[in-house]
Amino acid sequence: MVMEIPNPTSHETPTAPHLDSPLVIALAGNPNAGKTTLFNALTGMRQKVANYSGVTVERKEGNWSVNGDSAKLIDLPGLYSLDATSLDERIAREVLTGNVDGLSKPDAIIAVVDATNLERNLYLVTQIMEFGIPVIIALTMVDLAEKQNVEIDTQKLSELLRIPVIPVTARQKSGTEALSLRAFEIAKSDVTPQTSWIPDSGGIDGNGKEDIHLSLSADDSANRQIFARYNFISDVYQKSVKPVDDEEARFSEKVDRILTHKFFGLVILIAILLLVFQTIFSWAALPMDLLDAGFGALGENVGSQMPDGMLKDLVVDGIIAGVGGILIFLPQILLLFLFISILEDTGYMARAAFLLDKLMSKVGLHGKAFLPLMSSFACAIPGIMATRTIENRRDRLATILIAPFMSCSARLPVYALMIAAFFAGQTVFGFVSLGAVLMLAMYALGILVAVIAAFILKKTILKSPPPPFVMELPPYRLPNLRTVIQNMFTRAWLFIKRAGTVILAISIILWALTYFPRGEAVGSEQLAVSGKSEQTHATAIENSYAGMLGRTIEPVIKPLGFDWKIGVAIIASFAAREVLVSTLSIIYNVGEDADEKDPTLIKAIQNAKKADGSPVWTPLTALSLMVFFVLAMQCMSTLAVVRRETNSWSWVIFMFGYMTVLAYVASLITYQGGKLLGFS
Amino acid sequence: MTLANLEIGEKATVKAVTGEGAISKRLMEMGIVPGVSIRVVKSAPFGDPIEIRVKGYNLAIRRTEAEVIEVSSAIN
Ligand SMILES: Nc1nc2c(ncn2[C@@H]2O[C@H](COP(=O)(O)OP(=O)(O)O)[C@@H](O)[C@H]2O)c(=O)[nH]1
Repeated sequence: MVMEIPNPTSHETPTAPHLDSPLVIALAGNPNAGKTTLFNALTGMRQKVANYSGVTVERKEGNWSVNGDSAKLIDLPGLYSLDATSLDERIAREVLTGNVDGLSKPDAIIAVVDATNLERNLYLVTQIMEFGIPVIIALTMVDLAEKQNVEIDTQKLSELLRIPVIPVTARQKSGTEALSLRAFEIAKSDVTPQTSWIPDSGGIDGNGKEDIHLSLSADDSANRQIFARYNFISDVYQKSVKPVDDEEARFSEKVDRILTHKFFGLVILIAILLLVFQTIFSWAALPMDLLDAGFGALGENVGSQMPDGMLKDLVVDGIIAGVGGILIFLPQILLLFLFISILEDTGYMARAAFLLDKLMSKVGLHGKAFLPLMSSFACAIPGIMATRTIENRRDRLATILIAPFMSCSARLPVYALMIAAFFAGQTVFGFVSLGAVLMLAMYALGILVAVIAAFILKKTILKSPPPPFVMELPPYRLPNLRTVIQNMFTRAWLFIKRAGTVILAISIILWALTYFPRGEAVGSEQLAVSGKSEQTHATAIENSYAGMLGRTIEPVIKPLGFDWKIGVAIIASFAAREVLVSTLSIIYNVGEDADEKDPTLIKAIQNAKKADGSPVWTPLTALSLMVFFVLAMQCMSTLAVVRRETNSWSWVIFMFGYMTVLAYVASLITYQGGKLLGFS
Repeated sequence: MTLANLEIGEKATVKAVTGEGAISKRLMEMGIVPGVSIRVVKSAPFGDPIEIRVKGYNLAIRRTEAEVIEVSSAIN
């Protein structure tokens, strides 16, 4: 490894250029050091989140201005080291060396250091100092350190490290004034930190601990450097901190006696998950209904303002209905993000990964895959975005590839319609509702297939040696409301941006498929009945490209028990799975506004007849369709997000392909197997 | 003797971190360097991973990682 010790004479930014170009200050620190809290305190709402080009690491920037001075503040991802092994580390390194497009090399770095975890936090500081950029330490959590009776002599610490050390409590915003003064001061100066721990060419560190040193694998110079840094830190630590008895600061271990208990830990984990989902579904119900009604009203309103014609249909049926169909899930997604933020900020998320790692590793997944998979029960898109915390690329891919098997909330209306139409009021063992059993079975099927798929993927194309599982169990902390809410909105906004643009495009395409071609006959008929009756709408769909496509694929889907109308509905549901319900309503002339509980829609489905008079839908057809919806990759938005997150079309195609094949086969087995067993 | 041999609640001093490059590097970056003292806090429900306390904080590692950390005999 090459050390980055720039030659002072080649330092590219002497004092003059600062006058015209704004200062750039980077914020770096270990995960959980209080970086986000400090960043929010310094920049307030003046921040924006984007991605580093080509990769999925979030790039957070804010404007920091104090007393006429202002700087661009860059929040680096949370890091333990700068050795460029993980994606986050590589990005941080590139920022610090000035290799990121549109971002000049930082003029100063604020190292965020957790006072209650000083030694390990200082490790990153020593690495940062080696970059030759002025460094200032913001010492956070001093309130907690005080409570634990840890006495830190910041004066001494600053002297030994030869950089400024400013205690801050970001929550109360105390110390931020002093921090800004010194930070701007050093940013305009050219003081490069001194790195006395770097071993001389001889390779022996200054502390004379050669005996221990030699027991390191001799060839490993990287390890020698790590050792040298820690030796230096250990020395600084002993001189500036009066440590307390280690046994005292162990509140978290006491809590963990229950929360990571071999038995109760798992019980509590399951209880927390159930509670989270119960809350997401019940709290979100009202705002979702309101949004649904809102988009309905908006569509009607816009519809009544516009002259009849293609443009109106595009806006009302295509754009408003399509985008609205996804955005009504926003309340659920916001709540999901809220809970994730809380679970992360309290420190519980790491415990969940700790509890489940063994189980997950059985199928070749990382303990951290648990969170993305859990999120996917609400929606696969935030779930897939949450896989970023998994460092190993293959592990991350495996998680992404199985996430959509978790039954997301867009499948619920489909399950609900099928159950209401064909399994309502029936019971098993005389008292358990068959509907509830089927619903659970669909969730279970998704999980089961995900487990098997992960196992196979990790044994074949995504085979990799198990990556090191080295995960901090941060102390439990009360989350900061402001940070939690800000995190929630940041993530939600990213979701809207990510999903919104794609969904808009897809809505338009799918609308066009169901709208065109409009023959003369259809057009005049439409005029004749003055306005658009449901009858013409249904005929139009029948003659549309989607209708043709439905007929074309009919021979393929016939063995699954589906006719061409169901085929059309399946094609349309690529916009979002729950679109199946509204498409069926259109096809069966019930009116587009029918929902899954609408009695007319249920009747229409039950009574639909084939040409020979036999019913189109049987309970077996319904079951087959449900199984298909559990397994098929039917969500364009998810595919679009997978494209962004993996940066490759081949994974998108692979995902679509293997899931569709699985869905087809499972559906085929269900329908044909059911028929063989004498069901109908 | 390695860290994996320690009982829950036992303490020991790290003698060396062996093992393949990436793993030993990660462990050392997290503060598991020769000379430091480590306590085994607990193991997860299915026996793996284990929780250890090092340099004043708590860390979870798998048993396979614990096996590359050589320690002196346990001190209680
Ligand atoms: N007591 C105390 N808690 C803090 C302070 N700064 C942050 N926290 C809490 O520590 C946890 C981690 O903080 P966060 O800013 O998310 O850390 P990050 O992972 O470095 O971004 C959160 O629960 C914060 O509310 C502080 O100065 N004092």
